[in-house]
Amino acid sequence: MKILKLFFIIFFIFSFNHLGANTDDMKIKITKNLRCLICQGQSVYDSDSEFANSMKVLVDKKLNEGFSEKQIYDFFKEKYGEWILYDPELNKNTYILWLLPILIFLIGGAIVVKNFKIRK
Amino acid sequence: MNNKILKITTTAIFIIIFVVFYKALQDTNIYTPKKKSNNEIPLFTANLFYSNKQINSSELFKLDKFYLLNIWSSWCVPCRTEHPLLMDLTKNKKIEIIGLNYKDKKNNAENFLNELGNPYQEIIFDKEGINAIEWGAFGVPESFLINNGIVIKKYIGPLNKELVEEIRLLIK
Amino acid sequence: MLLSVIGHYSLVAGLCVGLIIIFFSIKNFQISEHLDAKILSFTFLQFILVSLSFLCLVFSFVFSDFSNETVFNNSHTTKPLFYKISGTWGNHEGSLLLWLLVLTLFIFLFLVKTKKQPVKYKILTLLFQQIIIIGFFIFLIQTSNPFNYIYPTPEEGLGLNPILQDPALAIHPPILYLGYVGSSIIFSSALAATCLNIVSKKWASHIKKWVLISWIFLTLGILLGSIWAYYELGWGGFWFWDPVENVSLMPWLALTTLLHCILVLEKKQILTSWVIILSISTFTLSMCGTFLVRSGILNSVHTFANDPGRGLFILVFLFSLILISLFVFFFFHKSTQNELNNFSWLSKETSIIINNWFMMYFLSVVLIGTVYPIFLDVLSSQKISVGPPFYHKLIVPFLIPFLLAMAIGPKLKWVKSNLEDKFSLILLLIISVLISFFILKIFEANFLINTILISSAAYLFFITFRDFFIKKFNNISQNIAHFGFSLLILSILFNSLFSSEIITNLKVGETFEDLNTKIILKSIEQKEEKNFKSIIANFNIENSKGIIENLSPELRIYNQPNIVTSEADIKTTMMSDKFIVINVVQNQDYFNVRYQVKPFMLWIWLSVLLISFGGLLSLFKKNYE
Repeated sequence: MKILKLFFIIFFIFSFNHLGANTDDMKIKITKNLRCLICQGQSVYDSDSEFANSMKVLVDKKLNEGFSEKQIYDFFKEKYGEWILYDPELNKNTYILWLLPILIFLIGGAIVVKNFKIRK
Repeated sequence: MNNKILKITTTAIFIIIFVVFYKALQDTNIYTPKKKSNNEIPLFTANLFYSNKQINSSELFKLDKFYLLNIWSSWCVPCRTEHPLLMDLTKNKKIEIIGLNYKDKKNNAENFLNELGNPYQEIIFDKEGINAIEWGAFGVPESFLINNGIVIKKYIGPLNKELVEEIRLLIK
Repeated sequence: MLLSVIGHYSLVAGLCVGLIIIFFSIKNFQISEHLDAKILSFTFLQFILVSLSFLCLVFSFVFSDFSNETVFNNSHTTKPLFYKISGTWGNHEGSLLLWLLVLTLFIFLFLVKTKKQPVKYKILTLLFQQIIIIGFFIFLIQTSNPFNYIYPTPEEGLGLNPILQDPALAIHPPILYLGYVGSSIIFSSALAATCLNIVSKKWASHIKKWVLISWIFLTLGILLGSIWAYYELGWGGFWFWDPVENVSLMPWLALTTLLHCILVLEKKQILTSWVIILSISTFTLSMCGTFLVRSGILNSVHTFANDPGRGLFILVFLFSLILISLFVFFFFHKSTQNELNNFSWLSKETSIIINNWFMMYFLSVVLIGTVYPIFLDVLSSQKISVGPPFYHKLIVPFLIPFLLAMAIGPKLKWVKSNLEDKFSLILLLIISVLISFFILKIFEANFLINTILISSAAYLFFITFRDFFIKKFNNISQNIAHFGFSLLILSILFNSLFSSEIITNLKVGETFEDLNTKIILKSIEQKEEKNFKSIIANFNIENSKGIIENLSPELRIYNQPNIVTSEADIKTTMMSDKFIVINVVQNQDYFNVRYQVKPFMLWIWLSVLLISFGGLLSLFKKNYE
């Protein structure tokens, strides 16, 4: 039962990622994921700073050149480092980041179930 | 027994957290993006300021000299303070200064150079600011010390006397 | 200048009185059964001295006394009076003084209003609270004195950042601090109760009103912060999972969980250890938040260097408090082995345990997301950002079972429940699913997860709505609060699904047109105001039905400090907000225009108010009984 719940949860997480091939939507999605490096916590999409506007132009250009979403992210990561992306990608640096909350959830569940088993 | 382990673990975890935060406080607060392992200069094409011709990055930095790529604009106030230092640096034959005019209007930029002097061997006209991004810059002014196609040092913010001294030493 | 002297020495005197209080409390604890009247008087005196100091600072701001360094750094003669006053706490030093003010007030009120609890408990609570208060006194006087003197006296101040000159932001800190300080009382009293081993139903009833007060203010404080962000910051969002926002959300999550647990503890002697842990955690998280935000540890590229000395002090202070709490908990707390755990799996107790489980998960997501970058940076010099996508992915799917549990949980009885009216419950579930399905179909939004999410929220909505009419005034506070929560989720969902935005560049006289909207920049006006120059752009916006609305966003060019801000024009109606901002484009003669239609914004604010109102009702119900 718990495994089933877990399966659904993971399924839903990944169901987030399908997006229409519409370039505009893709541009919005990418720029929302890019951090404006000279702002106090705004995405490139939300910001109107010079840097953000240049980034938007460049994203447009790359999309028109046929870059995929991942390629664009890789391009910017190469220039600025991982921290320009708001969605931390799952790599060796971020396993703990993503898995620790899930682990805590499962531990919590275990405690709850144990609490009932004790009294039987 | 179980209880004791729990107590010790909890206290240990908090001590570790304390140490991490303590060290984090010591670190410098200004973030300088660490470039990935290869510090090669980016490959790009750009428009030249005066001639409007397109040029390849390889053509710009081909000589076996030191280059300083300086990102500037007429509307950038700190650029004015660093400009005289750049003019000074042109006297050194070992280094060539290439300018990147960032998100500027041509007449404003020309007026700026007429007023303060032109230290640049060549100027890239980066109207949209996308060439600057190729360099991993995010503002004005920024400067890059280059030799043999490698970025030796990156300077964020205006140059000052000490930094120019450092550059002079590096290019000996 | 005299004000600064009085202000400073009141603080020093307050510190001395604070120490005296500790001395007398220890004596009283050992000796007598009655609360020494001296203690009460000294606690009151401590509060008066801090108030005096605070008033001196306020008046220094009002009279623009620039011999005071804090006033010089943060004020200006041309600032309107309201903002001169609120400028008192709009800076680091002043805000700490406000913290201290509320701390001293609350402990005095606690002593006065706590009548039916043992004297030793009151004294211990006072002692723990005084540790916190003395810590703040020392921090204030040593590292963040609001009464530093500068000579020669400058003619004019440096001014307050204009985006902070907003009514919502003016009262946001006081309200928020009332919440934080309330949690400090809970912290101290939980420690005291642990020492004396009186964590019981009686204690829970007593502490409940403090939990409620703290919770209500914290909720309202966070609401005000979001409202300010929406109206002032110009990007039309109200929550960005920014570290500063997260830092206020974390204590709120812990406090809400604590509130639910107290409700259980009030009725039966279970979950005592957990209640103590939550009480400690809530205040710890508040202090942790203070540390993270003021120490300069969380920052983006352009932060000014924060005083690391301050950060270090708060860090050491915070961890001393944690160590003390750990010690008290491990040493004094005897978990009663035979806590009455005889409730079945289908009972109200279970649903509250499930609530705890999910809330702690949400808390861990926010906590890990906020501090992980710091750990990674220290341990491996890698810098990453953790932004909205992370939080959305980890929180949204779990909201679904959470909402369902919120709907069913309150209907269960204590100990054991045969779920009554199963039929209508299932019927409402089917109706919710169908409605959400049709809404999404009509408006052509995709995503399977949205259907399920909206169904769960709608389900909670219908259940609580129906319960309101059936059960009349039985448990009305919980009903309203849960109803408010369902409304909040629904509003946020519809807002994010159905918002639309147009971004374009326009010169005066130009038009933008698409299928549904026509935007015309009609004219530009320029005005001179007291401390800024203003450029107002008048727009006509025509929608598909031909209705035209006038919106006039503004650009403000301030002189002191030299900043340009963009003021959005927002037309709010019950159903949606129309939001427009303009921005200058460097070196060009056109403006960048952003026009957004945001449905249900008003409902987002109202639903949070409803949630607080539910809490308020619970507070008064207590007093009535």
